[in-house]
Amino acid sequence: MSDGRIELFVDDVPLWVERDATVAAALLDAGVTAFRTSVAGEPRAPLCGMGICYECRVTIDGVAQQRSCMTRVAPGMRVHTTQHRLAAVPDSVAPETDRADVVIVGGGPAGIAAATRAAESGERALLIDEGLGPGGQIWRPRANGNVLHAAARWIERLNRSGAITRATTSVIDLQQSSSGILIRAESMGRAIVIEAGAVVLATGARERFLPFPGWTLPNVFGIGGAQALLESGASFRGKRIVIAGSGPLLLPVAASLAASGADVKLVAEQTSRANVIRFASGLWRTPARLAQAIAYRSAFRRTRYRTGTWVAAASGDDRLRAVTLTDGPHRWSIDCDVLCTAFGLVPNTELAILLGCELQDGVVVVDERQATSIPGVFCAGEPTGIGGVDLAVLEGELAGLAAAGRSTDAGLVRRRRGLERQAEALDRAFALRPELAALATDDTIVCRCEDVRSGAVRREWTPRQAKLYTRIGMGPCQGRICGAALECTVGWPRDTKRPPIQPVRLSTLATGNHAVSSNS
Amino acid sequence: MTAPRSSDAIVVGAGIVGAACAAALARDGWRVTIVEKTFAASGTTAAGMGHLVVMDDSPEQLALTAYSERLWRELEPELDPRSELDHCGTLWIAEDERQLAALSAKHSAYTAAGINCEIVDDRALAEAEPQLRAGLLGALRVVDDSVVYPPGVALRLIELARGNGARVLEGREVIGLAPNGVQLRDGRLGAEVIINAAGAFAAGLTPGLPIVPRKGHLAITDRLPGFCRHQLVELGYLTSAHVMTSESVAFNVQPRRTGQVLVGSSRELVGWDASINRRILARMLSRATAFLPSLSRAPVVRCWTGFRPATPDSLPLIGRWEPMPGLWIAAGHEGLGITTSLATASLLADRIAGRPTAISCEPFSPMRAMAAEHV
Repeated sequence: MSDGRIELFVDDVPLWVERDATVAAALLDAGVTAFRTSVAGEPRAPLCGMGICYECRVTIDGVAQQRSCMTRVAPGMRVHTTQHRLAAVPDSVAPETDRADVVIVGGGPAGIAAATRAAESGERALLIDEGLGPGGQIWRPRANGNVLHAAARWIERLNRSGAITRATTSVIDLQQSSSGILIRAESMGRAIVIEAGAVVLATGARERFLPFPGWTLPNVFGIGGAQALLESGASFRGKRIVIAGSGPLLLPVAASLAASGADVKLVAEQTSRANVIRFASGLWRTPARLAQAIAYRSAFRRTRYRTGTWVAAASGDDRLRAVTLTDGPHRWSIDCDVLCTAFGLVPNTELAILLGCELQDGVVVVDERQATSIPGVFCAGEPTGIGGVDLAVLEGELAGLAAAGRSTDAGLVRRRRGLERQAEALDRAFALRPELAALATDDTIVCRCEDVRSGAVRREWTPRQAKLYTRIGMGPCQGRICGAALECTVGWPRDTKRPPIQPVRLSTLATGNHAVSSNS
Repeated sequence: MTAPRSSDAIVVGAGIVGAACAAALARDGWRVTIVEKTFAASGTTAAGMGHLVVMDDSPEQLALTAYSERLWRELEPELDPRSELDHCGTLWIAEDERQLAALSAKHSAYTAAGINCEIVDDRALAEAEPQLRAGLLGALRVVDDSVVYPPGVALRLIELARGNGARVLEGREVIGLAPNGVQLRDGRLGAEVIINAAGAFAAGLTPGLPIVPRKGHLAITDRLPGFCRHQLVELGYLTSAHVMTSESVAFNVQPRRTGQVLVGSSRELVGWDASINRRILARMLSRATAFLPSLSRAPVVRCWTGFRPATPDSLPLIGRWEPMPGLWIAAGHEGLGITTSLATASLLADRIAGRPTAISCEPFSPMRAMAAEHV
């Protein structure tokens, strides 16, 4: 047994796992497929791998309904699946308070760049992130200790900048106050109240999932979701994997799964071959990206890459057994152990909406300085429009400078325009085909939290009406999965937001206010 | 007025009170049209806790809620799973000797009203609800109190009304009431009988109705099946509900059919500001953990607010609005509209049909505030 392993207990059975793994990764490696039992009695396992979907909830050390993908394993930890035990132990920790000139919410590339620039400008900058360390989804700190090159450079610069980082901290509420922005957060069950002069929202994006028959089966993951689980310590070695979705993420994920020893059977891109070629031929303008794409492709060169192909259904019993694919005229099935599927990205705009920032076409409106319509609130990265890591870093730099009261860097603004054009080309190339909006049958579950089936929701209803009549979107993911799907399939508008913007311990809401003198 | 077959009645508002009135009138043979400005069960009905409780803030309230619970038992076979009916009962909890003494008085009053209830001592209380903190002195268990999902029940009542020929106009706003008719934003509808069941908005249509919005907060947890078994209410709840102070909180927690725990309650008079008041929310939740310490570790998945249609004397307005021929009021139910919707509908239908009513309607007359002003 190597030093890197620790013992925990899963449903009272001892299990040795890698010390840096998340609980979700450890459970997957132990062969657990039923993390929880759904409302309708189905076994459920992680989908998103990044804290959004709440499918991976388990009871950890007597605290019920915890996200196993956001929790690192610890020696002696007791995990219970498929039940919701709440030990009769009250929380007694007092809330913590903090103050910063600039608070950056989200520790991905945009947040890291913003925090670095703000701190380098002499401000007290505080970077808050839900993950185990700064990096976000793209620059995630890996369970094996490796860090991407670009990430390493920025994280090193962040560490030198004097910015303070708070990991495993979830922001649940933002409110304008007389002196700036009041932030309520929770870390490891403890309430934190932070007063900030300015805020940079760098909340990133999540994957868009579209419901199809069988998508709720264990071992159906997101594409970035599988990558996140892999980086959190889960092993896909020897697993037969189908990747079916859309966007530039398919190739790198296929490459890293293949490199980890997985048997990638097929990569299916829903957009047409012509679109992919048009997009790829535009890559010569950025040689580094072209080289990257070629490297990814060669990493799994024995795998078929099919364009104009998408998932029609998944089937199985207590877990996924096969996937049915289609290219329109034809349908065929592939036996597999894992399906990775997602259809592009959805910006995480919840906090911006909560604060009342202006949005247009689903993204936060910002000016040249990344300032939103609310004074003292800046936004950078995917919430201002899906644009990828390079654009996110640039926007983060601009937002960090602006939040610190520095003047705008004209060079950065020019480079941002170029990157925005690339993002538009990406959007056009990977636009979703209309067939994808009609994959769900009446019997397909749309809302995985409440097990609401597609046929239960009438098209003429408003979202609020559908919620009240069917419970759709009323679960712990607060509609992040089904809402984004229905936005795409039936054109539902984004919902309004209320605190808490994600599930939080009751004690955090009950005590968070003792720390501040005046608020409403 | 004797029940004229096939005459027109209009119910303004498709909340649970309007839905119940529509069901009762349609059953009596009226051609009922429900007019709703947004969609059915979208207002206070959507926001409330959904308790069916007997309350004794006043003898009139006790009579109305007790009568209503009888009607709920009669309706039970007609309810569907969407109604989420749960006969969980209520425990009114005593924290000190004074409250313990008050429990006995409450027990006598309830028993006299024919309500099935019993005093539970401290040990039995701890056994019944192990998550309650130690040191509580006892409780009154009201056996037949229940919990429902209000939008589900309202939709079911509308379905029953439809079964008797009622029609529902959603997304149609009534902008004015006139003798024998209502003015819509886009037209006019005539009817012999008009019922203003617009809840917290009723006073906007019938100026002079003493109804103000009384804001409340609620929080709901993730699923924690078996966390508590009864609706739990502190005996001090009635004080919180009764006094029309600017703000108050009280411990009131419900187990939901889903396994979730619904946590209330707060009361504020702040007009129509629907935003979450973080300070009140924190006070309300602290009050809950003072009784249920381990609830502090429960994940809260959502918080929201709603507006109770409150009246100065905490009694609803049920009856004829004399200044306007043909107009009847069924509004102002504050936090008891789910419970008392059925009694309201029954009393109103009986009055309209000229039948004797099961309990006296006098205390609920919408004219009482006007009368009081002119004393």
